[in-house]
Amino acid sequence: MKRSITRLLMAPSVILLLIWMIVPLSMTIYFSTIRYNLLYPGQNNFVGWMNFEFFLTDPGFFPAVANTLILLASVLIITVVLGVLLSALIDRPFWGQGIVRVLLISPFFIMPTVNALIWKNMMMNPVYGIFAWISESLGFEPIDWLSSFPLASIIIMVSWQWLPFAILVFVTALQSQDTEQKEAAQMDGATGWHIFRYLTLPHLARPITVVVMIETIFLLAIFAEIFVSTGGGPGYDSTNLAYLIYNQALLQYDVGVASAGGLFAVLLANIVAFFLIRAVGKNLTV
Amino acid sequence: MSYLAITDLQKHYDDYHALRGINLTIEEGEFIVFVGPSGCGKSTLLRTIAGLETSSSGSIDLDGKDITELASSKRDLAMVFQSYALYPHMTVADNLSFALRLAKAPDAEIKEKVQSVSKSLQLDALLERKPKELSGGQRQRVAIGRAIVRQPKVFLFDEPLSNLDAALRVQMRLELARLHKKLGTTMIYVTHDQVEAMTLADRVVILNAGQIEQVGTPLELYRQPNSRFVAEFIGTPKMNLIPLDQAVKQDSEVELTLLGKSISFPTSRLTGELSNHTIMGIRPEHMHLVDQAADLTGKVELVEHLGSEAYAHILLSSGQTIIVKASARIDLADGQQVHIQLEVDEMILLNDQDRVISASTEGE
Amino acid sequence: MKLTQQRKLRTVLTGLFAWTIALALFFPIFWMFITSFKTELQAISVPPSLFFEPTLENFEIVQERSNYLHHAMNSVITSFGSTLIALAIAIPAAYSMAFFPTKKTKDILLWMLSTKMLPAVGVLVPIYILSRDYGLLDSRTGLIIIFTLMNLPIVVWMLFSYFKDLPKEILEAARMDGATPWDEMVKVVMPLSIGAISSTGLLSIVLCWNEAFWSLNLTASEAAPLTAMIASYSSPEGLFWAKLSAASTLACAPIVIFGWFCQKQLVQGLTFGAVK
Repeated sequence: MKRSITRLLMAPSVILLLIWMIVPLSMTIYFSTIRYNLLYPGQNNFVGWMNFEFFLTDPGFFPAVANTLILLASVLIITVVLGVLLSALIDRPFWGQGIVRVLLISPFFIMPTVNALIWKNMMMNPVYGIFAWISESLGFEPIDWLSSFPLASIIIMVSWQWLPFAILVFVTALQSQDTEQKEAAQMDGATGWHIFRYLTLPHLARPITVVVMIETIFLLAIFAEIFVSTGGGPGYDSTNLAYLIYNQALLQYDVGVASAGGLFAVLLANIVAFFLIRAVGKNLTV
Repeated sequence: MSYLAITDLQKHYDDYHALRGINLTIEEGEFIVFVGPSGCGKSTLLRTIAGLETSSSGSIDLDGKDITELASSKRDLAMVFQSYALYPHMTVADNLSFALRLAKAPDAEIKEKVQSVSKSLQLDALLERKPKELSGGQRQRVAIGRAIVRQPKVFLFDEPLSNLDAALRVQMRLELARLHKKLGTTMIYVTHDQVEAMTLADRVVILNAGQIEQVGTPLELYRQPNSRFVAEFIGTPKMNLIPLDQAVKQDSEVELTLLGKSISFPTSRLTGELSNHTIMGIRPEHMHLVDQAADLTGKVELVEHLGSEAYAHILLSSGQTIIVKASARIDLADGQQVHIQLEVDEMILLNDQDRVISASTEGE
Repeated sequence: MKLTQQRKLRTVLTGLFAWTIALALFFPIFWMFITSFKTELQAISVPPSLFFEPTLENFEIVQERSNYLHHAMNSVITSFGSTLIALAIAIPAAYSMAFFPTKKTKDILLWMLSTKMLPAVGVLVPIYILSRDYGLLDSRTGLIIIFTLMNLPIVVWMLFSYFKDLPKEILEAARMDGATPWDEMVKVVMPLSIGAISSTGLLSIVLCWNEAFWSLNLTASEAAPLTAMIASYSSPEGLFWAKLSAASTLACAPIVIFGWFCQKQLVQGLTFGAVK
């Protein structure tokens, strides 16, 4: 009896998520095997692997895959490494901690479209932007960030959004670190570096896993920042998979090729997820 | 027929055999205490009776009804938890009446019951408070009150006093004893504290490694343990267990040889066969320090003065240290040689299987 | 140097350092905020001006030109609506998994998480076509459905990890008091986790409010939330920084302020309670 009730309680969530996963995914699979362009309705014949061929030979394909992975890796490295270092440095009571926390977390709540617009215009604009002004004040030539370093610009925007999150998670985790353990280490003659290396870092292992997982979920799907700031360009320099597929589907109306691309993105995400889920599952106590 | 009957109860966790065939009958109105070292299965047994754990096999019957497969909520048992488990979001009054409200009892009845219970537990001034505004002792009383309100068939207590400080624990122990007298309801009480077990119980159930080691009144267990485990578990300080050099059975006496001295033990008290390595058990209060040579000789290692009495730790020539109870004013120097007289009437004998093979003397 | 002095110096340095990082990270938001009170000319002045006479005209223009209130309403309705629905579906599931775990519970949880890993672009086309066929394109209902499903795994996870930390004995006490699983959930677990449920709800609201992929692709004007409204400033109006800043400030202020009040719970929630 107990069993059936508990199943009943879980059913809505499980069923909805199953539908959410299976229905669109099987449609994507179906679309990827037919010719389907919204501009030419009615000519939906089976084409086999052709859409995949189109997508994989698209000149944007390799840049998009590379950009997706570079974006993911760079932001992960920046946020985790800086996050760990910064949080270890500020893990001590100081004046105004509460306000610092509030200031730190704020970028996390800024919507991606606004994020991109602030950086694109007010920070990175080569004429009127803050960066340009700083370069000029220091006697350097201002840089046109978005056209010279489009991917790096995106990485800066996204890192700005996620670094605060990482710092706050790590600071919160550090507060639960055993102070007696640290004191014992100090009595044993450990230096600050030793304590960081042998006590703090291992203590942060679990929060780091969690941060990497959460960020990965969101970073693989980065879209709005590119959409609003660089539009994927110049060329394919800042196009990631999400943007490339969007481009195929809603700008070129080629549903078939976009679906093939979507499946490829799913595959890529699954490869990443496979390792992540395993790492999280290991840390998970049910 | 007994009130609560547990028959061949088994409980397996994945690879852990927590209860290994428990058989126990409890009469209506009894105060039963489950006691044993941590991990012995006493809490698991209680929780299985409560229905919070399911049993792997075996059955539990309550008042003539098989409740083995019944949900906890339908067993008509009340439980007091170690952490009290009060509902933090409810006032004391709501905590007390929760079960009655769930059972859709009429408002007037709920009110009356809550009032009478809160009065008897001196909670009437606290009815509108939340649990976090109460002291530990008050929370404990609410937890007990919550159980009483329901007038259950059996009360279950899971180490209810272990979160209280020492003084309060003694006081609550007395209150529980009084409560049991007043209500006359069957109570099952789990503890690891043998003082609670000895003072509260009508009968004590000693568990060890998922099995019942012995069941009996507190005095029976103290005077006539039937295994080494029980002998050592009950009594503070522990019973001294001294290996004998030799035990030879003669007509009416058993001649026990111990460090060169011989002691005679009446054969009539033997209940089992002597083995090669017989062990003698004797409690500290049944040995006396005397002036002239007696049954044992040893050197004083340490004396613990407790105020009302003292315990002398004495090193025997075999290298074993035994504990002897002495008068409070005893004055012993470390290393001093002392003589010890044994009360043979209070001694027990154990065989090499750790079973007791002697009966206690009758009539005292 | 004496030990106490050394310690004091360290505290001061730590504070200085922390403040520097915090201010540096906060600067773009601060800049956006003050730019929204400038005239267009002041907004692009070189060197950037810090002191000026503030004006409110940008805000009026934003409301007039892009109908801010309409889009704000869309944001409020879609994020609150989908959050409430997600909570209603997730609470029973999380309760069941936290208190009646079976051997499959862990797998189900990980599977739910893995659905969150499916990239949205993978299903963009079918969702777009389904929305079109069922008349849900550019509708709040469509967006609410998508947002609900999108956040459901995270909501279940967060609630699960909170529920798991509730003292088990309290639930057992309720069971002994005669509570059915339903009573337990409604009369004990839910009142006890008001805090947890609301911070889960808050996180879900934040995620919906800032969601950009689906709102950009599935809405046009009628149901467009603030994220989509701001995107329309990317090209022509992008040149008007003061207005852009005013619009951005209006779009972000509610959720940033909202986030300040519950940042602690949000961090705990978003890390599935792995970090406390």
